[in-house]
Amino acid sequence: MNQGLISKAYIVSGMPHSYLTPEASPSFARLSEAYAKIRREIEESDADLILYFSTQWLSILGYMFQADPSPEWLHVDQNWHQLGSIPYKFAIDTAFAQSYAEEVDALGYKTRLINYHGFPIDTGTIVAQKLLNPQNRLPAAIVSCNMYSEKDETTRVGQAAARALQASGKKAIAVLVSNLSNRYLVEAYDPKNNRISSKKDDEWNRKILDLLAKGSLEDVSQCTREFARQANGDQKFKGAWWLNGLLGQSNAFNGQVLAYEPVWGTGAAIVALTPTQPVQAVALEQSQSSEEGSQAALVEELTDFEGRSRPHTTAPVRAERAESKLPAETKLPANTQDAFPDFEINSEKSAEPVGSYPHARRYGDLLFLSGIGPRQPGQKEIPGVTLDADGRIVAYDVRVQTLAVIENIRRVLESAGSSLEKVIDVQAYLTNMKADFKVYNEVYNEAFGKIRPTRTTVEVGALPTPIAVEFKVMARP
Amino acid sequence: MGKGSIVAGVLAPHPPHLVYADNPPQNEPRSECGWEVLRWAYERCRASIRALNPDVLLVHSPHWPSFIGHHFLGLPRFQGLSVDPVFPHLFRYRYDVKVDVELSLQIRDRVAAQGQLTSVVENPDFRLDYGSIICLHLINPSWDIPVVLISANQSAFYYSNEVGADVAKIVGNATREAVEASGKRAVLLASSSLSHRHFVHEPEIPEDMSFERIHHHGQYLWDMKVLDMMRKGQCRELLDIMPEFNEMATAETKVGSLNWLLEALGVPDYPAEVHGYGTVIGTGNAVVEWTASKPRGAQ
Ligand SMILES: [Fe+2]
Repeated sequence: MNQGLISKAYIVSGMPHSYLTPEASPSFARLSEAYAKIRREIEESDADLILYFSTQWLSILGYMFQADPSPEWLHVDQNWHQLGSIPYKFAIDTAFAQSYAEEVDALGYKTRLINYHGFPIDTGTIVAQKLLNPQNRLPAAIVSCNMYSEKDETTRVGQAAARALQASGKKAIAVLVSNLSNRYLVEAYDPKNNRISSKKDDEWNRKILDLLAKGSLEDVSQCTREFARQANGDQKFKGAWWLNGLLGQSNAFNGQVLAYEPVWGTGAAIVALTPTQPVQAVALEQSQSSEEGSQAALVEELTDFEGRSRPHTTAPVRAERAESKLPAETKLPANTQDAFPDFEINSEKSAEPVGSYPHARRYGDLLFLSGIGPRQPGQKEIPGVTLDADGRIVAYDVRVQTLAVIENIRRVLESAGSSLEKVIDVQAYLTNMKADFKVYNEVYNEAFGKIRPTRTTVEVGALPTPIAVEFKVMARP
Repeated sequence: MGKGSIVAGVLAPHPPHLVYADNPPQNEPRSECGWEVLRWAYERCRASIRALNPDVLLVHSPHWPSFIGHHFLGLPRFQGLSVDPVFPHLFRYRYDVKVDVELSLQIRDRVAAQGQLTSVVENPDFRLDYGSIICLHLINPSWDIPVVLISANQSAFYYSNEVGADVAKIVGNATREAVEASGKRAVLLASSSLSHRHFVHEPEIPEDMSFERIHHHGQYLWDMKVLDMMRKGQCRELLDIMPEFNEMATAETKVGSLNWLLEALGVPDYPAEVHGYGTVIGTGNAVVEWTASKPRGAQ
């Protein structure tokens, strides 16, 4: 257990699907599993409270702090009302809320403690709480996301949280509830066939997740504005600035991307950041300014209607911007996890593996299938193989075997949310090239002639079970 | 059953401040005064709408933002407590709203027939959005006219103002057709401010009017430009510049409520009546009425 102010930090998506309907899609289920994994971590942590910043709780007048000791309601999301109601009751650390508000007050921003019956807590915070801290084991603190705030201000409000923790002598789990890219699909959508709304958004999400997997939160914070512009980041992804301010503006974390999935076209991820150095508070007087200068100056720039709508005779004067501190080549800390999805697929509809390997494994945008033969689940007989009493092969039918192989592959692919049409590479192993190639090739052509994956066929001395053909396949998920 | 019609359209902004300053019994917080110019504008508009004797009030509301398509209410009554998530100190309002479910679903069907995604609220725990409640209260504080609420699709934020305008046009036309087929007299409310950059501070007494002014001059110029077009009946031209207005004035109309209203009205070429204009915490708000049947004098 580290000695800093933060036990661990998480970035989670606040889409309600992973809570209310995880069964509707493998994507929602994987998000839900990743949530469950961090819930167990939180249960074992030494933290005194769980601190939420959600992009779904927007404020205009500075910052709001939930200060009702036990806010309770039957919540229905404005958009996802068909998924059902969520009854909630939070236990709020009101003393911390007070102390955090005082720190933000000292920065000169308007603050308000919220203690009103029926105040609508946002869906994102509710979903995170339900999945991470359902029994209120840790008291919660919730701060709003200012609609207008830019990098400098948001970072300072994050720093203020660290000072409030220090002043209260408490240690926190920090949770940023935010999507990455936030562009919804507008057409009818089948949750089983998920996708990020555009390739560009997906690529930008992965850039950010790559940095987070390396624990480089400060680097993410420096890329945030560009990311938000390119991928319609959720509330400009400004939550990253808050989290970075709170965590001390550093890259000293072990990062882990536990899930990255599309939800209605948006980029939903579950990320864990473990401090490799104790997180300390930055004193108010040292509270760092970012490259933009003051918020007021930026507001001027953003709302300079006359400046923008009239032709310039001279170039507009801009604040000097410091060089980005983002290194060209980010060094990987030890114990790095990868940003890409990486998980096993085991299909009940396929024969038991004969060793300790899964039927398939997804890594990033690729599905890798283990070698698959004609064997059937829960069945001793192998299609197209006739054995004598001692288990020696008496006869075999390569047509029947090849058909069974392809059918088995189809089943594994479908349980991974893919299909035969998405196969991109096939390696085929035959135990008797001379005798079997022709028939194998006919069956193959029928199945893959239109799909046209790349293919390699080799003869091998033997396969692990009494079979004559096995395929090794790669596919798109 | 005769042909129904949209008897009026109103640009009906929804700052909770106006309800707060009014001290109605449904709202818990109390005030001394405030934003009178806008409240008096609403008073005039209210009388004018009353005189038209509408059967139903239709609201397109930015505070029911829908990420996918448009949502409609499918239950006849919603009751509850609405607490403004941004100004909870000003607005904690007990509502009891009657819905014209028949018309709600008729509009839904026509929107869906245009290939748009729709969904219907059948969850009685659903809370109505404060934007709708506020403008409905200001137009009809006795709540004796049933309502239809239409969510505001957010595609302008994901794609562009032009895409948002196209979507609002489809919904506007579908609304008009459904009203005409229904035989009802409908008043449409576009629940929206104009320029929408707020101050991020507030005086100790929220209704301290010595604080109230426009956020910046650029916003004011844009607001006056669009109000002038409304007063001259130049709504086609207004729709043309709306994408630019939305950006330049950080306008709340970006979500398409005003587009929906103007399209549903068949893009008026007659003068609108500006009942009044005022700022609320820096944003620009006007109560504007389009009633084709009413003769207008000099404005
Ligand atoms: Fe609003």
